[in-house]
Amino acid sequence: MARLSSSAAQKITEICNRYKNEKTPLMMILSDIQNEYGYIPLEVQELVSKETGISVAEIYGVVTFYSFFSLTPKGKYVIGCCLGTACYVKGAQQVIDKFSDILKIKPGETSEDGLFTLDALRCIGACGIAPAVSINGTVYPKMTVDQVQKIIDDLKKQEGTSA
Amino acid sequence: MSLVNIKIEGVPYQVDGSLTILEAAKKCGYEIPSLCTFNHGECNQGSCRVCLVEATGARGLVASCVYPVSEGMEIRISTPTATEARRRSVELLLSNHNMNCQQCEKNGKCELLHVANLTGAREGAFAGVRSETYYDELAPGLIRDTSKCILCGRCIARCSNAHGLGILGFENRGFKTFVSPAQNRSFADSPCIQCGQCVNVCPTGALMEHSEIAKVDAAFKAGKHVVVQAAPAVRAALGEEFDYPVGTPVTGKMIAALRRLGFEKVYDVNFGADLTIMEEGTELLHRLTEGGTLPMITSCSPGWVNYAEYNYGDLLDHLSSCKSPHQMQGAILKSYWAKEKGYKPEDVFVVSVMPCTAKKFEKQREQLKVNDIPDVDAVITTRELARMIKRSGIRFDRLPDEEWDQDIMGDYSGAGVIFGVTGGVMEAALRTVYYKLTGQEYGRIKFDEVRGHDAGIREATLDINGTKVNVAIASGMRSAKVLLDEIREGKSKYHFIEIMGCPGGCINGGGQPYIKPCFMLKEDDDILDTYKEKRANALYSEDERQVVRQSHNNPQIQELYEKYLGEPNSHKAHELLHTSYAAREGFNEIK
Repeated sequence: MARLSSSAAQKITEICNRYKNEKTPLMMILSDIQNEYGYIPLEVQELVSKETGISVAEIYGVVTFYSFFSLTPKGKYVIGCCLGTACYVKGAQQVIDKFSDILKIKPGETSEDGLFTLDALRCIGACGIAPAVSINGTVYPKMTVDQVQKIIDDLKKQEGTSA
Repeated sequence: MSLVNIKIEGVPYQVDGSLTILEAAKKCGYEIPSLCTFNHGECNQGSCRVCLVEATGARGLVASCVYPVSEGMEIRISTPTATEARRRSVELLLSNHNMNCQQCEKNGKCELLHVANLTGAREGAFAGVRSETYYDELAPGLIRDTSKCILCGRCIARCSNAHGLGILGFENRGFKTFVSPAQNRSFADSPCIQCGQCVNVCPTGALMEHSEIAKVDAAFKAGKHVVVQAAPAVRAALGEEFDYPVGTPVTGKMIAALRRLGFEKVYDVNFGADLTIMEEGTELLHRLTEGGTLPMITSCSPGWVNYAEYNYGDLLDHLSSCKSPHQMQGAILKSYWAKEKGYKPEDVFVVSVMPCTAKKFEKQREQLKVNDIPDVDAVITTRELARMIKRSGIRFDRLPDEEWDQDIMGDYSGAGVIFGVTGGVMEAALRTVYYKLTGQEYGRIKFDEVRGHDAGIREATLDINGTKVNVAIASGMRSAKVLLDEIREGKSKYHFIEIMGCPGGCINGGGQPYIKPCFMLKEDDDILDTYKEKRANALYSEDERQVVRQSHNNPQIQELYEKYLGEPNSHKAHELLHTSYAAREGFNEIK
């Protein structure tokens, strides 16, 4: 636990305190931490365990059960490709494969420069605009394989690195 | 309690409406094959689907372990649909199971194999991909083998019920799910206290003690002087492995068996327990009269010591510096005894038979070595001893009753015997402390206030010549935590606290014979509620049979001090019989 910085520890304690009166606060606490830091490593789980009395193993179980939670840091841009039924039949697999090829990472992984994380999502409820891709919350409708390169280039340009 | 009318196989019954179908059927004389459910719903996830039955008013088949009875319900257990469904459930479990039953140490007590037999599961009914599996043998006390895990969750429930620890949990999801300490760590790299309660409830061989039978064999082969010492609680439960009723003390036969296994000397750990009382009693008196750290807490239970080092590193000064009895006795065996016999300490191999898996961890602690030689070389559990007896062709029930070796050590008092049950160490210590303070024996030998056989906290106040001594007893870490938090907050009113790792003390240790009702048809239905009391009574009855019932009146203990140690807490005694503790990080960094 000594591995956590004191400001991080303070923030996490504060998040735990937000849900003090909840009967089952764990999901809310973990969601807030995931949103705040982008991942929930073991050190953080130990602190949550201390604050809530829920065992580390149970917290770890919840974190590894839901794909929304992550044990490792996510990239600056989290590319979520919907592989729900509607998106899938409209060619989402080819889209995610293209991202995978260009970024040289598999779904669930983060690129070496820490810029991109590629996630395979189940239905995100955007079936009308299938196949859908969501990048940091912005939804790209009716994606095609040909658009993938440009999207990556644009994001890299924003970061000031060459394509 | 409201009664409801149900029918089982067409026959009408009236049962308590709050029962599940499984429980109600049991009351009516039916044992529906079941697997994951355990101990009145201590674990009741309905996850294995082995107990499926037909019930009117339900959609499809229902898991009888979680489905409640209701008015007018008609239950069918033996229809072809239900019978086939139960068989299919078991076959599905087997399809993802490591089937090396011949090598499995749980064989004979495996509940999965039992229901496979009952339901007539066929070999290879569902062939296909299997889950990735993990094998952890890094911890000295426990082994985890997920290839045999059926994901019932009993171990998770027990760890949390007994200790509030929850070391184990489900990890990942779906087909990739497995049970492990967080981050799929070894027990050795997590704050697991290695008490073995999870082993006791595991229906299969997924959780086992780390066997040391091979180590003992190797010592015999190497021609060492192999000496054995058995803990009090072992005699109260070993008989169960040989079909004796629960609570039958089998001391004499156990000694006879140990001799026939080839041990050079067969000693009772009770001698060490008496020694512990002399040291610990004296330590308590010093602390009481000279302003030492109070309350003092016993340190016999290695599970409890592990818990303290992981969770209460700031309170370690409260622990008695005394080694546990078998470690003390081991140290004496390798010094005083070896010298008297003319043996080199390194040629003496000490085997402890223990009701405990944490003792396997304890014996290899760096703090429990004298000149780099460990006090104890191998620890085998009550179950492992039974295995050794069985493989040697010894008919346990036909053995004569024999006596412990009592040459220069080994004699013991009744105080030593009751160490095996929660409250026992306290009672034994009080007998001696009272004598030391007043010069008189305590008027009545029994201290009823401290007796019990369950988890939870008991307390008493003893009046010694006008001095009030407040004592408390806890077993299981869930109870211990309450007392420890009081100390941490400076609110503790106690002078002396006994803490045992396992609920009920050593009689319910993680190395004791399994209490599995499905294999104990001669026992009462409520055996899971009564076994602790029965085993405890076996020890209390042995205490009552002893002529000497106070540690300080054990003549060989007196002789040991006169000839070798000097007096309790002397320099020599500290060198051999006392130890130290160190705070440990629960989730250490793994390189």
